[in-house]
Amino acid sequence: MAKTLSIVVVEKDHERALMIVDGLREAGDFDICVISEEVGLARRIAERNPDLVLIDAGNPSRDALEDLTLASAPMERPVAMFVDHSDTALTKAAIEAGVSAYVVDGLRGERIKPILDAAVARFHMVHKMRVELSEIRRALEDRKVIDRAKGILMRARGIGEEEAYGLLRKAAMDQGKKLIDMAQALVMATDLLK
Amino acid sequence: MSATPLALGYVALVDAAPLIVADALGFAGEEGLDLTLQPAPSWAALRDMLARGQVVAAQMLSPLPVASALGLGGSAARFEALMVLNLNGDVIGVSAGLAQRMRAQGFGFDFSDARAAGLALLAAAGDGLRIGVPFPFSMHVELIRYWLAGLGSPPPPRIEISTVPPPRMAEALAAGEIDAFCVGEPRGSVAVDSGAGVLLLPGSAIWAAAPEKVLATRAGWAEAEPDLAGRLMRAVWRAGRWLGQPDNRSLASDLLAGAGRLALPPELIERVLTGRLLICAEGAERRTPGFVEFHAGAANFPWRSQAAWIGARLALRHGLDPLPAIAAARAVFRSDLYRLHLQGTGAELPGASDKLEGSLSVPTAASSTQGRLILPPDRFFDAQVFDPADPLR
Repeated sequence: MAKTLSIVVVEKDHERALMIVDGLREAGDFDICVISEEVGLARRIAERNPDLVLIDAGNPSRDALEDLTLASAPMERPVAMFVDHSDTALTKAAIEAGVSAYVVDGLRGERIKPILDAAVARFHMVHKMRVELSEIRRALEDRKVIDRAKGILMRARGIGEEEAYGLLRKAAMDQGKKLIDMAQALVMATDLLK
Repeated sequence: MSATPLALGYVALVDAAPLIVADALGFAGEEGLDLTLQPAPSWAALRDMLARGQVVAAQMLSPLPVASALGLGGSAARFEALMVLNLNGDVIGVSAGLAQRMRAQGFGFDFSDARAAGLALLAAAGDGLRIGVPFPFSMHVELIRYWLAGLGSPPPPRIEISTVPPPRMAEALAAGEIDAFCVGEPRGSVAVDSGAGVLLLPGSAIWAAAPEKVLATRAGWAEAEPDLAGRLMRAVWRAGRWLGQPDNRSLASDLLAGAGRLALPPELIERVLTGRLLICAEGAERRTPGFVEFHAGAANFPWRSQAAWIGARLALRHGLDPLPAIAAARAVFRSDLYRLHLQGTGAELPGASDKLEGSLSVPTAASSTQGRLILPPDRFFDAQVFDPADPLR
């Protein structure tokens, strides 16, 4: 029986890291280590000497992993996956999910597949949550700006909240602009006049 | 006829300018190209985007395609350089604490004398020096190593050169993870503005005409798509010519600063394009002519000798047989395709594809198609000359 595969997951966010680790554990018995520190990333990974490194494709710290390709002998050299196998479904799924894997040369095929399947599923979830979170945040920020614009109109014209909102919406429609853009313009112009 | 869509990749640095300008000012449109510019979060990500064909061409660190031809690095894909995007544009900086020690020892931060700056750095560094660079295959690494090795002074016992993503460079310096850095602008100026760092040298003080970024494609693409390759190269060359006009620098700064591009104040980018850098947070300005060059002196010509120099350095460091490595490196810089596709545009095409790297200390006329080629100074700080015909000397 082959030895347990060791996997390093590079992820700063604790919650996200836990999600990925949980997914991997469901897929099999692996020796998993999470590295959340960006400081000395290459050194930390080299110390663990893992079979596989998983990292978010959008993480700028990916470049630090390239140092690892210089440090070791060719057969122990981690290589970025998915580059030469662009036709497989798994590769496509991984790219879409935004997961980058570094695999030690010589470790290929069936042993990696279940890990990547699990990683892809979890990265998908993580990314979906991230997108949702940023959409919620933007919606909240938009609402704040619209509230400020309403307040400006209410004070300047001595009108109620509903009327102010109606006025703002009508102005936006008349000019073919989004409500939020109209509100932003009003807030900015008012700041300038102060 | 509708324009042909073409996806290009870049990293948010000042030397992405030729691609951004080619798109924004219509140079690509004139060639019937509809560019989509895709930012990449890291050089490894950009390399993979290019390898997988998500983008057909990309701004790339000049040593990266050479490393790929030598089988170095974490990707098996092969790339080549169709043209050079810019000469120079890197800065070397030190932490505020290290700068203070260097000042206390009498160093004046002239931002030009590489030997004096290097000796002052070693004297103040003590027994260890940790230097951050953006990528293991980069002109940054080559310049730092060439410089430290050529000072003629024993380096400190522990020199550690490690990769730090450029957006984190200022933070890493402030947190004491590194003592110094070599990075592409505007990341050095960002470190200055945050108070974390002081600029020590422009890259051009080490090598006055270093090929910094190239327009890279997968090996073989330009031959498979000669028409597209030619249109792209001409559009990028015209963008470089536009960027080379001093009058255009202010507008270029605004274009680059825009949201979705570099997302930094235009004032900061203008400092870089005009070569008038603030070296410390207190505001001392140093002027560096040729700090970054996008056009003049056939800056875009991919000299085989530049690739040979890079190949020789990489071979030396990674224990490769130097002559085959140099031969493989030379093939990566496609001076042949540059000649093919830029003839008739007004671009100066040099009479030769090799030059003695490091032999010019003043602007010097050279043979070319139109006879108006003036090569810029390309001196190394230690006055060594690299002869591509005798590369091991």
